[in-house]
Amino acid sequence: MKKFISGWSLIKIFTFLVYVWMFTPIIAVVILSFNPQQFGSFPMEGFSFKWYVKLSHNSTILDAFKNSLVLGSCTAVLATAFGVPAAMAFIRYEFRGKEFLNTLLIAPIMIPEVVLGVALLLFIRWLQQPKSFALLLIGHVVLTLPYVLLIVQARLVGIKKEYEEAALSLGANPFQTFREITFPLLAPAILAGMLFAFTISFDDVTATLFWATAQNQTVPVKIFGMLRNSISPEINALGAVMIVLTVSTPLLAGYISRKFAKGTGK
Amino acid sequence: MKQEKDPAFVKFTGIEKRYGKVVAVKKMDLEIPEGSLVTLLGPSGCGKTTLLRMLAGLEEPTHGDIFIKGKRINDTPIHKRNLGIIFQNYALFPHKTIFDNVAFGLKYRSASKAIMKEKVEKALETVRLPGVGNRMPSQLSGGQQQRIALARAIVIEPDVLLMDEPLSALDENLREDMRREIDNLQQALGVTTIFVTHDQREALSMSDKVVVMKDGFVQQEGDPEEVYNNSVNHFVADFLGHSNFLNAVVNEQQGDCLSVTLEDNSTCLAIPAGTFNKGDKVEMVIRAQKFNLGYRADHVPEQGENVFFGKIVDRSYMGGEVSYFIELENKLVLHAINFVKRSPYRRGDEVCMKVMHEHCRLLKI
Repeated sequence: MKKFISGWSLIKIFTFLVYVWMFTPIIAVVILSFNPQQFGSFPMEGFSFKWYVKLSHNSTILDAFKNSLVLGSCTAVLATAFGVPAAMAFIRYEFRGKEFLNTLLIAPIMIPEVVLGVALLLFIRWLQQPKSFALLLIGHVVLTLPYVLLIVQARLVGIKKEYEEAALSLGANPFQTFREITFPLLAPAILAGMLFAFTISFDDVTATLFWATAQNQTVPVKIFGMLRNSISPEINALGAVMIVLTVSTPLLAGYISRKFAKGTGK
Repeated sequence: MKQEKDPAFVKFTGIEKRYGKVVAVKKMDLEIPEGSLVTLLGPSGCGKTTLLRMLAGLEEPTHGDIFIKGKRINDTPIHKRNLGIIFQNYALFPHKTIFDNVAFGLKYRSASKAIMKEKVEKALETVRLPGVGNRMPSQLSGGQQQRIALARAIVIEPDVLLMDEPLSALDENLREDMRREIDNLQQALGVTTIFVTHDQREALSMSDKVVVMKDGFVQQEGDPEEVYNNSVNHFVADFLGHSNFLNAVVNEQQGDCLSVTLEDNSTCLAIPAGTFNKGDKVEMVIRAQKFNLGYRADHVPEQGENVFFGKIVDRSYMGGEVSYFIELENKLVLHAINFVKRSPYRRGDEVCMKVMHEHCRLLKI
C-alpha cells in the first residue's frame, strides 16, 4: 500500500521546522557558552565553564544582576499590591467609569514599549526630576500591572460569589471573609501574577533602555551594551543564565499554582 | 408554658428594589410567622430571589423596611444578622474540609474547640452524614454536598433559614428525597424558613404558606390548598397545576352558583370568586384533574354537573395517569388528566367530560 503525505503531516513537519528555527539560536547560545575558544564556532573544541567563572568575577555584571533582582522583586511586590485590590474592585463591585479605568490599566500591554519608554521619560523631564531607581520601578510596575490584573481577574471570575456570601452569612466580617475564603482561593493566581511580573521586569530591554541610569543598569541592558562593544563569549554564559532564570520562573509558578489548585475544585 | 409564636417573626413593609429603571420588587408587604416554612413561588424574574437576598443582606432595598423579631435590620450588615443561607450550588468552601466548612460559623460565635466539635458532629448526624468530617467537598456527591450546606447553616442556630432554589441542581429522584428531608428537618428544628422556588410541586408539598409572586408583586398568599383550590387570578391558576380557562358572561345567581353563558352559547353553573353582576365578562377556570371522562354514548345527565362533549385529539400516557386533549365542537381544546381505570381512551374517541359545579370557578378578567 502506498502512503501519501497527508495535509496533516505537512502541517506537523512545518510546525516542527518553525520550532527548530525559533529555538536553534537559543540552544546555540547555551551550547557555545561552554566553548573554551574566544571565537565560537562548530565543531566545539573541548568543554569548559571558564566563561561562567569569568562572569562570576565581573563586578559590573554582578551589579547589574543584583539590580535586576532587586528591581524585579520590587516590581513583583508592588504590581501585586496594586493589581489584586484593583482586580477585586473590577470583578466584585459596580462603580462609575469601571470599564474606562480597567482599559486604562490594561493599556500598557497594547502600547508599544518604545512609546511608553519615551512617554515616561518626557513626563519625568516635564516634572524636572532626574532619572532614578524610583522612575525605573514605576515604569516596570506600569508595564507589569496588566498581567497581574488579567491573571487575578480571570481567577476571581471563577471563584463564585456565593462562597463569599456564605462566609458573610455565617458571621465572618468582610476582612475575615477575604482572609479565610477569597485569599486562599485566589493565592495561586496571585503567585502566578507575581512571578509573571518578576519575569517581565527581569527580561525587559526596550523600555528599560530609556529609564535606566548608569548606576541601575539591568542585565538585559548590560548585555545590550556589551554587544555593542565586543562579542565576548561571556555574553553567551550570561545569556544562558538569563534563559534558565526566565524559563524556570513561570514553570515554577505553573507548578505551584497547579499544586495549590488541587482539591480546591474549580 | 409554651410561648406564643410571633405571627410576624419576619416582616417586610413597603419593600422595594430597583435596578436603575427595572423594578424587581414593588412596594411589597409580607409577614412570615415564627417557626413556619414559607415558599416564595414564581417564574424567574418575579422578584422572589431579590426579596430573599434583601432579607439576607446581600442586596439593599431601595425603599421599605425589613424586621426580624420586631427589630429593623436594614442597616445591620449581613454577618451580624444570624441567618442561615442555602445556595443553589451548595457553595461549600472548596479548600476546607467538611468539618471546617460546618464549623466555619461557630468560629465567629466564640465557641470552644470541644463545643465546636460536638456541635459539628451533631449537625452532621442531623443531616445523616456522620463521619465525613475529614473529606473535602469535591469528594461528596451533589446531594451530600447540599446536606453539608444544610448542616453548616443550621449549626449556627440561625433566626431564619433562607433557601434559594436549593434542590434545582439535584437529580429528579434525589430532589424528592432531599425535599422530604428538608421538610422533616425544618419541622424537627422549628426554625423559621423561607424557601425560594419556581417548582410548584416543591412549594405545594412542603410549605405552611405559599407566596405566589409575579413581576415583583405578591399575587396570592395562603396555605397550599387555599392557593391551589381558590386561586384568585388567572396567573395563579395557570402557574399552579394545569388549568383550563373558558371565557363566559354572567347570567344570574342560582343557589351558591352563578349561571354563565359560554362562547358556544351553552350555559354552565360555577362558583364565583368575588362578586359579579349580570353581564360581566368572566373567566371560568377548571383544573385538568377535575374532569371525569366517559364515552359520549354512555352519558347519563346528572345533577350538579357541567358537561362538555368532544373528541380526543391528543393524549400522553404518564404512568398512573393519562393527559388528554379534547377538542370541543366549537374547536376549543380542553386539557383533562384522569387516572387510568381499565384502558385509556384513544385518539378520535368521542367523549363526555363531566365536572362538578364546585370545581368550576369564575375569575374576573
